[in-house]
Amino acid sequence: MRHSDLIVIGAGPAGMAAAATAAETGLSVALLDEQPRPGGQIYRDVDRVAPLREDILGKDYSHGATLTAGIRRPGIEHVDGAVVWAIEQGFRISYIRNGRGGQLSGDRVILATGALERPMPVPGWTLPGVMTAGAAQILLKQSGVLPRRAVLVGSGPLLYLIAAQMVRAGTPPLALVETQTRGDLFRAARHFGGALRGWRYLAKGLAMLSEIIRARVPRYTGATEIAVEGDDRAEAIFFVCSGKRHRIDCETVLLHHGVVPNTQAARSLGVTHRWDEAQTCFAPVLDAWGATDVEGIFVAGDGAGIGGAKAAEFAGRIAALKVAGDMGKLSSSERDRLAAPLHRQHQNETAVRPFLDTAYPPFREALLPADATIVCRCEEITAGDIRRYAKLGCLGPNQAKAFGRSGMGPCQGRYCGLTVTALLAASNGLSPDETGYYRIRPPLKPVTLGELAAMEDGARGAAE
Amino acid sequence: MKTASPFLELESSPRVRVWFDGAPLDLPEGANLAAALLAAGVGVFRHTPVSGAPRAPFCMMGACFECLVEIDGIVRQACMLEVSEGMRIARPHQAEGSDAAQ
Repeated sequence: MRHSDLIVIGAGPAGMAAAATAAETGLSVALLDEQPRPGGQIYRDVDRVAPLREDILGKDYSHGATLTAGIRRPGIEHVDGAVVWAIEQGFRISYIRNGRGGQLSGDRVILATGALERPMPVPGWTLPGVMTAGAAQILLKQSGVLPRRAVLVGSGPLLYLIAAQMVRAGTPPLALVETQTRGDLFRAARHFGGALRGWRYLAKGLAMLSEIIRARVPRYTGATEIAVEGDDRAEAIFFVCSGKRHRIDCETVLLHHGVVPNTQAARSLGVTHRWDEAQTCFAPVLDAWGATDVEGIFVAGDGAGIGGAKAAEFAGRIAALKVAGDMGKLSSSERDRLAAPLHRQHQNETAVRPFLDTAYPPFREALLPADATIVCRCEEITAGDIRRYAKLGCLGPNQAKAFGRSGMGPCQGRYCGLTVTALLAASNGLSPDETGYYRIRPPLKPVTLGELAAMEDGARGAAE
Repeated sequence: MKTASPFLELESSPRVRVWFDGAPLDLPEGANLAAALLAAGVGVFRHTPVSGAPRAPFCMMGACFECLVEIDGIVRQACMLEVSEGMRIARPHQAEGSDAAQ
């Protein structure tokens, strides 16, 4: 089994920056990523795509190419197309690549597994034609594919970014149906100091909004009672705005009300997570370097709490410096000298977050959906089912699995976990921390016996 | 199955022949398989094992498992694959993931 000083999981901004910084100090690094090319979701396929579509995607996207350039250097082995399914103490990483199993070992692990779209269970969200807004962005970035007749639904800056990109590409969305209210903006005003420190983000947001308005995309805010209509696929979006009922015919509905840390890998290692009230999600408990309470395991980037791509980059470098110090590549004074500007930049990049989190809160109806709405897409368990389990004495998500298989399908709770926790917490009058989350165990992604049998020769001995 | 696609492709690239549930489709070589199938007008990728409800790609990043298709007898995520010539793609008919260790 090949051994590296450091294993980085995820080649988005945090992972790429961590790998580059670690290699600069002389550490050997293995960088594993599920995608065939580096970039993560935010810079998906940036090396190939930036020259093709920078006019649509913008300069912030092209910035990712500076990070992919940073990982093309000696000392970094980029294992692309590798789906990690187990991380064991010691540390041993098991993955599937091209239908074959492989293993690597390392002394330290930085988890840079990024974010997932916050699940947005509304009636009809399982219909073909309903996707996350992030999915539409991935389609545009990687494949140059855009929905012709789409409505964007939810809240947050990502909706403006995608709408603006669709306008630039010549297929503006049919409408922007937003769930945040004037009251949310009013409440966010007290965070305006931080927002001013992050003025670049506000300026960018306003520029995108004016692009959308100039393109005459109809905009609704404070929408409620959102439902996707259609028999076998999405045919229309229904909602109520200022007491009026609206129905817009469309082919595609793009949902988004924020992103949340992807905690699957960290949870599988037993890292402690706590509920973050401001971001309405669980996040790992970390020190200032990104170290978890499991010795040798670090989390950097959006997987540690949502901060965005630039913050992720700095967090990745900070964690890598800590690893380099621990492994004798840097003295502690040298490490601290290098880290000081990075800590400052990280703080500047995240200063705008309290404003954004308050101005664009998650859609309340999707945090605690109506009884008939499916919450676990895989096993088709409804919100009413989960409330019924609570009445029967179910206190936590792990018990809920025994009541009705929620979280036991192939997505392993990624798109129902937070909803199930919220529903049980509300029904039982407990906090999300008291209610807890699914216990995550390997395999982190489904593995076939055939893939295990086709283990690479070098890894076979270790696996037996 | 193949209707006017709700999706638009910004550029056209060389295509190769693949088969989806026995019907021929010409998709861009090397493209993301889920994206290419959507652009070709494939609306339903699978039916759920629980109620038989139709499903299609939802997250495009390997997390939701809605885009599962069967290739060479193995159920895989279309959004994690690239188009290659002669691919034989089928909607998974049995309970998907039946050969996967869960």
